[in-house]
Amino acid sequence: MSIFIDESTKVVVQGIGSQGTFHAKRNQAYGTQVVAGTHPKKGGTTWEGLDVPVFTSVKEAVTEAGANTSMVMVPAPFTKDAILEAYEAGVETIIAITEGVPVHDMTEVYDTVVRRGGVRLLGPNCPGLISPGKSNVGIIPADITFPGKVGLVSRSGTLTYQIMHELAQAGIGISTCVGIGGDPVIGTQFLDVIDAFAADPDTEAIAFVGEIGGAEEQKAGAWIRDNIPDIPVVGYIAGFEAPEGKQMGHAGAIVKEGGEGGESAAEKKEILEGYGISVAMNPSEAARLMIERLQQG
Amino acid sequence: MDLVEFQGKQLFGRNGVPVPPPGTACRTVDEVVAAAEKHIGDGATAVMVKAQVKTGGRGLAGGVKYAPSVDAAREHAEAILGLDIKGHIVNVVYIEPASDIAEEYYLSVMHDRVNKGHLIICSREGGVEIEEVNRTNPEAVVKRTLLPAESLNGLNLGTARGIVAEAKFPADIVDETAELLVKLFAAYRDEDATLAEINPLIKTEQGQVIALDAKVTLDDNAAFRHDGFSEWKIEGIDADDPLEAEAKAKGIQYVKLDGSVGVLGNGAGLVMATLDVVAQSGGRAANFLDVGGGASADAMAESLGLVLKDPSVKSVFINIFGGITRGEEVANGILEAIKRLGDFPQKLVVRLDGTNAEEGRRILEDAASDSVVAAATMQEAAATAVELASQA
Repeated sequence: MSIFIDESTKVVVQGIGSQGTFHAKRNQAYGTQVVAGTHPKKGGTTWEGLDVPVFTSVKEAVTEAGANTSMVMVPAPFTKDAILEAYEAGVETIIAITEGVPVHDMTEVYDTVVRRGGVRLLGPNCPGLISPGKSNVGIIPADITFPGKVGLVSRSGTLTYQIMHELAQAGIGISTCVGIGGDPVIGTQFLDVIDAFAADPDTEAIAFVGEIGGAEEQKAGAWIRDNIPDIPVVGYIAGFEAPEGKQMGHAGAIVKEGGEGGESAAEKKEILEGYGISVAMNPSEAARLMIERLQQG
Repeated sequence: MDLVEFQGKQLFGRNGVPVPPPGTACRTVDEVVAAAEKHIGDGATAVMVKAQVKTGGRGLAGGVKYAPSVDAAREHAEAILGLDIKGHIVNVVYIEPASDIAEEYYLSVMHDRVNKGHLIICSREGGVEIEEVNRTNPEAVVKRTLLPAESLNGLNLGTARGIVAEAKFPADIVDETAELLVKLFAAYRDEDATLAEINPLIKTEQGQVIALDAKVTLDDNAAFRHDGFSEWKIEGIDADDPLEAEAKAKGIQYVKLDGSVGVLGNGAGLVMATLDVVAQSGGRAANFLDVGGGASADAMAESLGLVLKDPSVKSVFINIFGGITRGEEVANGILEAIKRLGDFPQKLVVRLDGTNAEEGRRILEDAASDSVVAAATMQEAAATAVELASQA
């Protein structure tokens, strides 16, 4: 099994410009069922290169092409509306890849989509997710991994690829790899993904990769201690060297000056270790710890 | 983007939040003298001379002074202009008609990351650090999280009144303060701020409630829907570091740090991890730089050029994970960048992994550039880069 996406996932892509087309083609080549694209003015045409219909609205993609998942690739100013449209259209999962969405927009979206429930929102500012051998939605490079038993969840893209790659070189595959995104307000949190991994019979171990800023890693850590003490879990927090008050690339990766604490990598590591979770100091160590845990059986 | 005080007050003023009479931003002592003459001539009993820097603790550092005369204003300006406040050099001072302070309070609205809403903080104790009040006298600090659904039409006046009353503001100013809070909340939402803080909020001797200070952070991601957003940038205040300014203009994610190993990688998380590994190898990174997804020759040349401009950079660690961009493209990008940049003394320790990494490494090896030192792993690359930096 896997979580969130599999062979039955049918994707509609909102935003069929050059980026959207490039990545949708890759997803399709991997075997993902990309069933439609949407564009306000190109409804009724065929999406060149993918050979699937273009609809004016997500609603049509749902009713006419059976889409159950939307990948949002529209520019940041239009992302809020695109997510809300997908929500209204009745898809099960919305994967927002777009970077640079205003935080007030996402706060409103969160209220509607996440707090009201019923629809899974991943992102924004995320690389998407892959269930190797089944489906790949987003921008994760698919050929660096293969099907396996480790569930991987991360706020970062390339850092995740690095760990996935090191695991692959040690012969360890992935059940699902989920990039939750680097923004301050995101739909799916660490805890949601880890909860899903815990319920997935084919995920036997979990690796999670956090960053400085916020407190979601700690929340997930407490849950792991209380609910799944027997599942091997390895963590890594990026940004031990990040100075206070400086944003490190990702909008959410910032240790607040004079904040209430718990936002730095060292503090997060300490809190997580207090919950009995092994926390690596760098990505290679994270992969090594996971390999060791799995070899112990 | 963080605004300095006088900009924050402009933003408050245009949204109806009461602020002191407008003052004058000055860069020289002569400008300060002229401004003080004008404001005192217009009837101000005194002026305040206030350092405009993007950091807290200005008062303690001697950056805020009361001047009852033009001469006093001159003296203070001479002391404050050029002052170093926590690494921020004062290039601009704000001359403002002084207000008669009867009492000081605290009021703020900020984005609440944990609860995905808006956080209002209100305290009867102002003029000191709110974190300190929260530690020593938590009952004096009222915190209220507001979800977007509760505030679609702004902050309700009744809710505002409740918050202010709970903070035990004097009865005669509860209404006035509640109205101010409603306007502060509207300013925060309408201007796409993530922080709008007033510390202190004061009651004047005449009983008016006004924002004596203003700390505002605006969301850069929302710049597209605010005309004049770029005009908030002020020379001499925003140029914390000239290389950071140059990077921003080029759209490169760059943060200046204080070490000697230049760092360049693709992806924010991977670059953060790179800084960690450099430190774990006994060195210090000179910067954070994310070249982004593509790592094309253009992006590589621009980014590498920027890193090498920093005189403290003694070696460079290029850390690339080939994902969609394949190893051979990345390798060619690096070689092209070296060609374009011409001669430079620093060695580039290159660690390439991921898709087609072997092919990429072979290309670098075949090119036999004197500038490139290949490394197989992140750890090895970090150790090499740190060693090269310490020898240089």
